[in-house]
Amino acid sequence: MNNDTTAPAIELKGISKAFGPVQANKDISIRVMPGTIHGIIGENGAGKSTLMSILYGFYKADKGEIFIGGQKTEIPDSQAAIAAGIGMVFQHFKLVENFTVLENIILGAEDGRLLKPSLAKARKSLLELAAEYELNVDPDALIEEIGVGMQQRVEILKALYRQADILILDEPTGVLTPSEADQLFRILGRLRAEGKTIILITHKLREIMEATDTVSVMRRGEMTATVKTADTSPEELAELMVGRKVLLQVDKTPPTLGDVVLDVQNLRVVDEQGVERLKSISLNVRAGEILGIAGVAGNGQSELLEVLGGYADGTGSVTLNGEAIDLTGKYSDGKTRRARGIAHVPEDRQREGLIMDYSAWENTAFGYHDDPAYQSGIFINNAAIRQDTEEKMERFDVRPPNPRLAAKNFSGGNQQKIVLAREIERNPDLLLIGQPTRGVDIGAIEFIHQQIVALRDQGKAILLVSVELEEILSLADRVAVMFDGHIMGERAAGETDEKELGLMMAGVET
Amino acid sequence: MDFFTLIQILDATVRLAIPLLLACLAGLFSERAGIFDIGLEGKMLAAAFFSAAIASMTGSVWIGLLAGIAASLFLSGIHGLASITFRGNQLISGVAINFLAAGMTVLIAQSWFSQGGRTPSLSGAERFNPINFPGALTTTNEVKAASPLMQVYSELLSGHSLLVYVALLTVPMTWWLLYRTRFGLRLRAVGENPAAVDTAGVSVVGLRYAAVAICGILCGIAGAYLSTALQAGFVKDMSAGRGFIALAALIFAKWRPWHALYATFLFGLFQALELRPDVIEAVIGMKVQGQFLGALPYIMTVVILAGFVGKAIPPRAGGEPYVKER
Repeated sequence: MNNDTTAPAIELKGISKAFGPVQANKDISIRVMPGTIHGIIGENGAGKSTLMSILYGFYKADKGEIFIGGQKTEIPDSQAAIAAGIGMVFQHFKLVENFTVLENIILGAEDGRLLKPSLAKARKSLLELAAEYELNVDPDALIEEIGVGMQQRVEILKALYRQADILILDEPTGVLTPSEADQLFRILGRLRAEGKTIILITHKLREIMEATDTVSVMRRGEMTATVKTADTSPEELAELMVGRKVLLQVDKTPPTLGDVVLDVQNLRVVDEQGVERLKSISLNVRAGEILGIAGVAGNGQSELLEVLGGYADGTGSVTLNGEAIDLTGKYSDGKTRRARGIAHVPEDRQREGLIMDYSAWENTAFGYHDDPAYQSGIFINNAAIRQDTEEKMERFDVRPPNPRLAAKNFSGGNQQKIVLAREIERNPDLLLIGQPTRGVDIGAIEFIHQQIVALRDQGKAILLVSVELEEILSLADRVAVMFDGHIMGERAAGETDEKELGLMMAGVET
Repeated sequence: MDFFTLIQILDATVRLAIPLLLACLAGLFSERAGIFDIGLEGKMLAAAFFSAAIASMTGSVWIGLLAGIAASLFLSGIHGLASITFRGNQLISGVAINFLAAGMTVLIAQSWFSQGGRTPSLSGAERFNPINFPGALTTTNEVKAASPLMQVYSELLSGHSLLVYVALLTVPMTWWLLYRTRFGLRLRAVGENPAAVDTAGVSVVGLRYAAVAICGILCGIAGAYLSTALQAGFVKDMSAGRGFIALAALIFAKWRPWHALYATFLFGLFQALELRPDVIEAVIGMKVQGQFLGALPYIMTVVILAGFVGKAIPPRAGGEPYVKER
């Protein structure tokens, strides 16, 4: 087939969308050819999701035109998008948890007022779709009882059941193990072979290189380039995303190991529902070392950080520099931990690391507000805190360097820098750091990684929890994999690879 | 306690459980769609007043019933506007409706009838009168002398007003609507995850308004029942906390229609026993304070909420206004 005579599956012409003063999309034009996988890559806030929301009828563009299969199409709501053959798999699944797979699939696409015939029809076509695309699911399983990989299949099946020819996937691999992600890409390949058009939105360069035919890069609301994937490289894409050259690899020397700083033996955590979240964990971190904890989200990593950080109770033995730490009771709190030299950069910076409506300087004082340098008699010396914050912001390149600005007005990367500055500058013996670069743009990732490595080189112990395997592999000296509340195994970072760790993350003994 | 007394108590149970049942199902529709409604009480009260007032003025209980439903729907509309369209706090809106109804009914009653906040007593066609089944005995003495089966037929099954039978039919209808129709599937979905409904191309706002409207109609019938069937006229605060007991029953029933029937009948039984302290004393051999029986529904609800008798999980999106986001 000749591309010149085929109408593009989707063509956007001059799409603009502003939210107040923020121009989320600026004059964006893009052509997606049928039967291809088209990647859209860009940093957080580059406008990818806004663009796709316009395409799915969530927002109305201020300017611009949409053509589907060569026909000019208005998409005022999701109903119109579905009618135009567009299916969307959101990053956060839109499924009803206590409904069955089948009920979720027919929701909104029932054939008539009574459910029975609709369900029977859906069951039949579900089996056909399953066979056609290797998308096997149990139609009668409840959503809350199946894994995220399965839930994602249900979302894809939902779109296919509505006869979508164009499938948009927004950050589809965020919640998947590497093997589940591979499986997803196989399914996408199969869909492409059947003539479906797929738009893959991601910030992961590797996925773009592996899965797509064409890739469009977005930066600050603009489409900066569209290139054939075969003609580009991860380095070039990163540069297009950020607007300057980026170091994708972390520069670091072999570690100089010191004494054991953190020693954890048989740590157990049982949550309020009586579910055992940590099942007898043992690990240690030495001075001058980064221990990376890999694993799919929800396998006990959060609980580990919470217990060590002092805001959840546990049982077992934890020592810092050879001295025991209380895991329950009066002295088991964040303040005592900080006084002992444990700094904590929590996983969810917007909920646990910062108070979003408070200013940067107030946030910088949190947890350290008893610092004598911040006092003036019985009052808190706000000017001193602001001064200190300003200096920290400068050292950590926080932009804009204005201590009076509320935390919510900084970008994700700059928020993280504020938290990092607060914790690292206290010269802790041990740094607990969760998801250091979640929602952080590439430029800031580079800086944050450098800071973590610099801290290690000062002889500090670092416990790093991340769901990004690439991040673990590039930062950590040693990797422990968590699965279902226990440690599947430990590997030296140099002696393992994504494949092995991926299997361990899925609970496979290796 | 003889058999006839038992039948009498059960008969009272039915009569007292009906307004609870209707209000409970009203709450069920609203809460299943994700709109918490603590304004059941206020809606019932307003409906009770307007049914009685209009029935008294027109001489027709049917016009009264329509007026009651309209009043309740009006308050539902306010609740919908505040909590669906303007995404306000559903509890605050509900509280406001309760206050509004409590004050407004007495005020208008005084202004219209000048009887100290009451409506005139209703009689004849101004009320829903008991329907006697064919062959059913009507006087107490006749029933007392009849066979047990005849007692059940005449006292318990026969002799209720039309609204009682309507309310009982509402239970299977609600179940069928919720679990067997497209509307029910969408309604349940919108209370669990409105984003799923929205992305499937169905209007969240439309569904929620529909649910709130059904809630208004059922509350309207419940209120009309209070003033035109159970009693003969409106008196101040005559809903007497039934809207709140209905909410308790809804939790007790874990938001399921058939269980709502069981829960409201259990709570209706407590209310019936509250009126017959002599029977309790005769059966268990000690005096029980009427207030204790009045408090029992709430105590049982707390026990349920504490998770002693299985977990009561409310619809997951309940109380949260839906804001489109990704």
